[in-house]
Amino acid sequence: MSEPSSAQLTTSRRLRSGARGRMAVVAVPYLWLLLFFLIPFLIVLKISFSTTQLSMPPYQPLVQWTGEQLNQLRLNINPGNFLYLWQDGLYAQAFLNSIKVAAIATFITLLIGYPMAYAIARSSIKWRGVLMMMVILPFWTSFLLRVYAWIGILKNNGLLNNLLLWLGVIDEPLVILQTNFAVYLGIVYSYLPFMIMPLYATLEKMDLTLLEAANDLGCRPLRTFLTITVPLSMPGIVAGCMLVFIPAVGEFVIPSLLGPPDSLMIGKVLWTEFFNNRDWPVASAVAIALLLLLVIPIVLFQRAQARAAESE
Amino acid sequence: MSSRVSWSRLSALVFGFAFLYIPILSLVVYSFNRSKLVTVWGGFSTQWYGKLFENTQILDAAWLSLRIAAINATGATLIGTFAGLALARFGRFRGRTLLSGMTTAPLVMPDVITGLSLLLLFVAMEQAFGWPAGRGVTTITIAHITLTLSYVAVIVQSRMATLDGSLEEAAMDLGARPVKVFLQVTLPMIAPALVSGWLLAFTISLDDMVIASFVSGPGSSTLPMVIYSKVRLGVSPDINALATIMVGLVTLGVITAGLFMFRKERLRIRDMQLAVSAS
Amino acid sequence: MAASPPNSMTVREPWLDPSAEPYIRIEQVTKCFGEFVAVSDVSLNIYRSELFCLLGGSGCGKTTLLRMLAGFEEPSSGKIFIDGIDMSGIPPYERPVNMMFQSYALFPHMTVEQNVGFGLKMEGKAKSEIADRVAAMLKLVSMTQYGKRKPHQLSGGQRQRVALARALIKQPKLLLLDEPLGALDKKLREQTQFELVNLQEKLGVTFVVVTHDQEEAMTLASRIGVMDHGRIVQVGTPKEIYEFPNSKYVAEFIGSVNLFEGQLIEDKADHVRISCSELDQPVYVAHGISAAPQARLWVAIRPEKIHLSLEKPAQHENWTRGIVKEIAYMGDLSVFLVLLASGKTVRVTRPNMWRHEHEQMTWEQEVFLHWHDSSPVVIGA
Repeated sequence: MSEPSSAQLTTSRRLRSGARGRMAVVAVPYLWLLLFFLIPFLIVLKISFSTTQLSMPPYQPLVQWTGEQLNQLRLNINPGNFLYLWQDGLYAQAFLNSIKVAAIATFITLLIGYPMAYAIARSSIKWRGVLMMMVILPFWTSFLLRVYAWIGILKNNGLLNNLLLWLGVIDEPLVILQTNFAVYLGIVYSYLPFMIMPLYATLEKMDLTLLEAANDLGCRPLRTFLTITVPLSMPGIVAGCMLVFIPAVGEFVIPSLLGPPDSLMIGKVLWTEFFNNRDWPVASAVAIALLLLLVIPIVLFQRAQARAAESE
Repeated sequence: MSSRVSWSRLSALVFGFAFLYIPILSLVVYSFNRSKLVTVWGGFSTQWYGKLFENTQILDAAWLSLRIAAINATGATLIGTFAGLALARFGRFRGRTLLSGMTTAPLVMPDVITGLSLLLLFVAMEQAFGWPAGRGVTTITIAHITLTLSYVAVIVQSRMATLDGSLEEAAMDLGARPVKVFLQVTLPMIAPALVSGWLLAFTISLDDMVIASFVSGPGSSTLPMVIYSKVRLGVSPDINALATIMVGLVTLGVITAGLFMFRKERLRIRDMQLAVSAS
Repeated sequence: MAASPPNSMTVREPWLDPSAEPYIRIEQVTKCFGEFVAVSDVSLNIYRSELFCLLGGSGCGKTTLLRMLAGFEEPSSGKIFIDGIDMSGIPPYERPVNMMFQSYALFPHMTVEQNVGFGLKMEGKAKSEIADRVAAMLKLVSMTQYGKRKPHQLSGGQRQRVALARALIKQPKLLLLDEPLGALDKKLREQTQFELVNLQEKLGVTFVVVTHDQEEAMTLASRIGVMDHGRIVQVGTPKEIYEFPNSKYVAEFIGSVNLFEGQLIEDKADHVRISCSELDQPVYVAHGISAAPQARLWVAIRPEKIHLSLEKPAQHENWTRGIVKEIAYMGDLSVFLVLLASGKTVRVTRPNMWRHEHEQMTWEQEVFLHWHDSSPVVIGA
């Protein structure tokens, strides 16, 4: 078939004008995120290989022209920041400690969050909305102030110690504030809504006749829960755990307000390197190392998100 | 279901909500405490509220934070809606994976990394182009938009996923051009998602201390930065008063919104029952 | 392969008139989604004022073809002409085509009147004209008193009427209906089918309907296009499709059928004789067919065209012996499953013309199955 080419031309022109509108819609967030989210990481990567110097900004450029000619180019690539992280046991310890704290706190959050999400998802429709609203409500009030509230509760002459003394459980105030326990408590408390939300979303969607079928086939309630409910809510469990674990690893506010002064959390270390020591290259190296550490959990989280989006 | 099971569920809820709300309640109660020692009850007083309203440092910071939060929420809603729209409706376009990655990653990225990387970008940009000159409201706003547009995009995307795509096709079929389709059909349908996206972006911006600390400059201390510097030195009752005001405002807002939605939902159910019984 | 159907005396059959100009021309249209071929080399002519049904199972490509007519999808190759105009590259909002969606797609935030008037508003018509035409349209579908309601305040049948009114108000050259009655319950569906046909005849608009329900297609259509795996396998009037299926697929898809494999033993211009190993006697068909001698064929006989008797039929052909294995009493008719000596089970339906008919037939009884020599359809293997 040989149609006149003018018809084909109008065709492609029409299609292109529609495509242009779409392109504009995609381009705005795309360019914004490229410039303010992706490129900054490349800059962090670049600076993590540079050398500290006393100036503003306090690092040497990677490439320097020392003269007019190209052969007088000088490369200042300095892998020393990473070597320093590796050799100074402090940083390795901080990384390990952050992961340990975040993992334990995530697990406790799951233990508290799962029964809550389950109870809400199985309550009557009338109550579900109200209960979920109550889960989210604290999240809308200041995070900083909610962490601050725990100082008043946990400190030596705080609410908890007063209560325990009054009950006669203890004779002397316990030291709770500025311990790792307080950090766990702070993380669990602050991130609990993030755990409950995805769990509730998967549990609420679940087909209850599956449970009835299992019961009908002779499966007892606890076994049904373990063999049917838990596997089916796995996407919610993964999403919830990642939503808690990843930010918790790099958490700064909670360890700095509730933790021991010498606590080794990597977020705090990065903060100190940057603000107190003004060592931008080492802070960048810490950030890059932290990012590499979090790549796998972030990918896990995105896959769980994508799966949740598809199942909707 | 046996009552034993529902008892265990009830106790999970009671324990969980007690855990979530006792710290907040303690903040509120002790904001009315006459004593400066936060944990000793010295009688009812509203003196800390008076002290709070004399503290110009806090008031200035609050005003600055509210301004940044409002601009941020508006910008993030605009850009985030575009991102959500593209991810939900444009099928598989080139670069979709990267866009979807870049919109979900900020949700979990530790604040210290986001803050540091944005600061380094702003410094590099200032060196290269002379903009942004120094750091302050502009840089904090840009940083917050980057952080919060992801939340808006996720909310918009999931709302679009539950929408019947044939509504937009029907509008197009009846002669509406793409822009009209968006304004007359898509936008009214996703309006609730945009409202919650805006509010969420506003709250997150109002709440952020870490990123703001990295990208702010002299003279642009936000409210969370001021709170943090006070709180680090220990408990102070005027912060309790501030917390109580914030909790009160949020609770009021949420209850109003909840009642409004509840009423609308009840009307809708009544209408549906009428329609069914009429047919 | 099948004989050309006898020319019946119908009202309008433009497809039999070689000089008639088709209103919609689909020329060698193919649509691929990546590797998947949704519509494969479809050519189809639809005439003015026809009510054409695209019939097929899920995933057969019928909805994709409809969406290409509406302009939501562009063909990967091939062309679509509506009233002589090439539709390539013309977006949905510029096509003289409207669609009634399976979900009805009524805008939930607009009233019935606003929904129906939406198309005219997009055309920039004056408010008074929109109001008049909306009122007229609502009257046509008997929805006048519901104009101020929102979609969620309507029942399923009312929503269907509003969707129809909204799609018709722009007086499209072509109305596309995607499973128009799929969301209605059975009773309402039957009633609405006739309403839809009446409305179509009254307005004279060309309808293309997509459905998976063969009964719906038979009731509505002037012609049916049966689709399978992206191809149009047969086009014809409901009667042609039912009585003269051109393939095993069509025979089995429309209604139920008994199929017997056989071989041509006598090929004359006015009749053929086919030997089927599964049947006791040869099959005699009272019209000629075009097939190679000794070709392997399929003989299709509809269950309602088979008679049952206790005595051996007098003629030599077109009967076989069997044993009644199952009887299902359905009220208006009874279904018999009869096992032949060859091991084949044949389905026979008999109308219950008077009470206690068929009562002498019982389980495990030997019966004779016989049929008229116009009943068998010969299908190429």
